[in-house]
Amino acid sequence: MYSFPILYMQEISSLAKVSTGIEGLDEVTGGGFPEGRPILICGSAGCGKTLFGIQFLVKGILEQNEPGVFVSFDETAADLTANTSSLGFDLDKLSGEGKLRVDYIRIERSEIEETGEYDLEGLFIRLNYAIEAIGAKRIVLDTLESLFSGMENEGLLRAEIRRLFKWLKDKGITTIITGERGVNTLTRQGLEEYISDCVILLDFRVVDQIATRRLRIVKYRGSTHGTNEYPFLIDENGVSVIPITSLKLDYGTSSELISTGLKPLDALFKKGGFYEGSSTLITGTAGTAKTILAGYFALGSCLRNERVLIFSFEEAPEQTIRNLLTIGIDLRPYIESNLLQIHASRPTLYGLEMHLLNVNKLLTEFNPKTVIVDPISSLVSVGSPVEVKAMLVRLIDTLKTRRINALFTCLMSHTGIAAGDQGTIEAVSSLADNWLFLENGLVSGKRQRSLLIVKSRGMEHYNDSVNFTISSAGINFAASSIPTKSNSAHGK
Amino acid sequence: MENEQRWELRLYVAGSTPKSVLALKNITRYCEENLEGRYSIEVIDLLKTPQLAEGDQIVAIPTLIRKVPIPIRKIIGDLSDEEKVLVGLNIRPMPLKNKP
Repeated sequence: MYSFPILYMQEISSLAKVSTGIEGLDEVTGGGFPEGRPILICGSAGCGKTLFGIQFLVKGILEQNEPGVFVSFDETAADLTANTSSLGFDLDKLSGEGKLRVDYIRIERSEIEETGEYDLEGLFIRLNYAIEAIGAKRIVLDTLESLFSGMENEGLLRAEIRRLFKWLKDKGITTIITGERGVNTLTRQGLEEYISDCVILLDFRVVDQIATRRLRIVKYRGSTHGTNEYPFLIDENGVSVIPITSLKLDYGTSSELISTGLKPLDALFKKGGFYEGSSTLITGTAGTAKTILAGYFALGSCLRNERVLIFSFEEAPEQTIRNLLTIGIDLRPYIESNLLQIHASRPTLYGLEMHLLNVNKLLTEFNPKTVIVDPISSLVSVGSPVEVKAMLVRLIDTLKTRRINALFTCLMSHTGIAAGDQGTIEAVSSLADNWLFLENGLVSGKRQRSLLIVKSRGMEHYNDSVNFTISSAGINFAASSIPTKSNSAHGK
Repeated sequence: MENEQRWELRLYVAGSTPKSVLALKNITRYCEENLEGRYSIEVIDLLKTPQLAEGDQIVAIPTLIRKVPIPIRKIIGDLSDEEKVLVGLNIRPMPLKNKP
């Protein structure tokens, strides 16, 4: 069996943690941020640092009832409110309720002269005043390093910042400090030297013209944490990190059976169908009726009144529906009743992680019982074989964990399996519980369609290839191929 | 005419720290020497009135603000460098003969 990095850690230490308010980040950090300590979030411009901070505060207020202060050195409160309203955060409302305070600290080098000794007591007093005013438990300093562009005495600033962190720690305030990525350092002013508790690095990368946001926990003292780079997403619901690799191989298995959606096909399995929550792979060259079988599977699920989610990477939804209609599979009523959703997108539209995140989001929102990906091989064009393989493993694992009936079609080239696809097919086929192989042969100049069950875990199945035809009435299995009591050849 | 110009200064401190005391001593001396009778210094102790820190965007302590004449100028530190303070506040030093 495959082994997976198991990152869903048991907390050994007694370090108290607070929820990050960012979906998925609590899992990756083994429970959240360290309570009452400073956390550094660093990354280049536009990587989402400010948003992380805002969400940390807003969710802290809404979900944990912990008031928060946002100290902005870059944006005015009005700008900040406007910029985050598109993500569904109503800062004005929270401020009005006395749960949130947004403080804009403007430091303009050109307006300030320096002569002699000074300290940042003014900043401490302001922070203290803001914290006391609403009884804040959380504070965000975005971006503290702006102090360095406003004042000259670097040595003094460093000493004061060190004192500030200690002061906040002593007050027991969970603090997020954001910092801009430096050339050879995590932050321009090396703030990471002063924050030993938790450092998170955000990254916004464009590879092959596909942009992906990633997050990595650089250090987290006193706590185990995921060490991978985790993709994250910023959309209308804010920031979410999907800890895709944190899955365990402990999903429950079912002995319940479901129909393949095609009666004669059911008959090829000794128990009369697939196991519930199993994953099925259909491979074949172009035009071997992979999508049609997927259509039957979708229809079968709809007839059981179970939700179906189809990811189509080659056809628009209307086209899929029209084509299936020509062979008597009518999915339209189920689309209308929202029992069936078809999501069509070009594979190259986003990076692999984005595809996966989208799948995850839709799984949560729509909660389907059946998921069809048609064809899974399209995703190969999006990344390197290693990445694609890793992603498919995650995808299948995710679906299994949710006990979803999964079906993947996979296109193979006429010369067999294309070199680049080899790893992909292997990865999927070894994870898939059922594997159907479709073929178009030529018998005395006539097309001969056939289907072979390559494997079906935990179930006896028909061993020979079965011939079939396709007409307006759908798929017809050749009479001679259909197993009867006399010719039945079930085997494992 | 220019001699009629009044100077309104505001000094932000946080308690009676040595830096704050020194700053007040320094600015009072500079004003006495150069702006006799034409200035006022308002001392704001942020430990007593922390809510006032926001208005003038106070971060460093001590901070001296020139409210009048405009534009507003800001000088941070204990104000030990007389020349820099006078330049910063745009105060023209009085001729030497007037100095005590």
